[in-house]
Amino acid sequence: MLFSHLSLALNAGEALQVAGHNGIGKSSLLRIIAGLAPAFAGSVSVEGTVGLLDELPALDPALPLGRALAFWRALDGLAEGGQAGDELDRLGLASLLDVPVRYLSTGQKKRAALARLLGQKARVWLLDEPLNGLDGHAVELAETITAQHCAAGGIAVIASHQTFRLPAMRMLPLSDFAVREQAA
Amino acid sequence: MNGRVFALLRRDLARLLLGGRGGGAMLPVLFFLSVAMLYPFAVGPDAPLLARTGGGVIWVAALLAAILPLDRLVEPDIELGMFDQWALRGISEEMVIAVRVIAHWLSFGPPLMLAALPAAALLGLDGKTLRVVEIGLLAGTPGLAALGVTVAALTAGLRGGAALSGLLVIPMAVPVLIFGAGSLGTGGASGLALTAAASLVLIAIAPFAGGAAVRAARG
Repeated sequence: MLFSHLSLALNAGEALQVAGHNGIGKSSLLRIIAGLAPAFAGSVSVEGTVGLLDELPALDPALPLGRALAFWRALDGLAEGGQAGDELDRLGLASLLDVPVRYLSTGQKKRAALARLLGQKARVWLLDEPLNGLDGHAVELAETITAQHCAAGGIAVIASHQTFRLPAMRMLPLSDFAVREQAA
Repeated sequence: MNGRVFALLRRDLARLLLGGRGGGAMLPVLFFLSVAMLYPFAVGPDAPLLARTGGGVIWVAALLAAILPLDRLVEPDIELGMFDQWALRGISEEMVIAVRVIAHWLSFGPPLMLAALPAAALLGLDGKTLRVVEIGLLAGTPGLAALGVTVAALTAGLRGGAALSGLLVIPMAVPVLIFGAGSLGTGGASGLALTAAASLVLIAIAPFAGGAAVRAARG
């Protein structure tokens, strides 16, 4: 058991940062919200589609980046080349489309995962340590993209121990809800 | 929905049939042919003996060849987080597994049936036996594919999963093998029908057992 008595509601356009030290259950909370892990007790209801960005890029390592992203574009119902080229440009990926995913650096993979998330057009974004491996410029970019997502009526839940600068973001210190280990 | 199935199938086929670094369909076929080539060396050039036992050897070789790609079937996608992303898009594990059974079969079933032709020549099988072998493989390999994907899903994430999945597939493939290779002795349609029946049972179970296994592995 990681946390209990946790209750939160987010409306369109709102963002929330889940904070807390390592191992406190930030990722688990996100996976519970996404419906990928069951909650021991309680319920989650989400309106609209959910997009998840975590440490797994979900891009075929052997494929060139362009084709790995094209697979998700096809699943997300975007036409071939439906992802705006300037979106990839903005993420600094336009020149990397022919490079196999396994040769990309950590930060480049993270930016590629962001492109996958943008293509999904999900309403609720669950970002698990979105800034890991990103350089200063890319951090700003990720913050801007998330801010634009919220401004367009989207919801963002960010699990991070780093500072994530967003206008009017709520904070959820998960340690307030942590279940203390019972002394045996 | 059809577009999604098509996209999944296209990706699976690119990985399993064409293969890239994993070798694709070539590896099981070469393995199969090398077994068929080794067998006459091992038992000697006794033509009647080879012709009598050759069909069974082809079946054993086919079963072992089907085991080769097991570790590439499910585990990499769990590790990459593909199943998480599919679940978020409303693509069920069952559907992914069902598509994968098709792709896995296409990547080793028809190639093995083609490779059975030179193998039959190496073993000196006559035309009638070869026909029963080919029909038997057509009936039996889909079941082996379903079994392979199910076991690959069950052992995904386990230490030594690849070796374990091979060990698990072999006893569960015994019904397909008995009926498939058994139809060679009787030459009858009943053995082939039972092979197909065993195959169908495995195919019917695979998406549900495999899907549940993937969800359990995800935790």
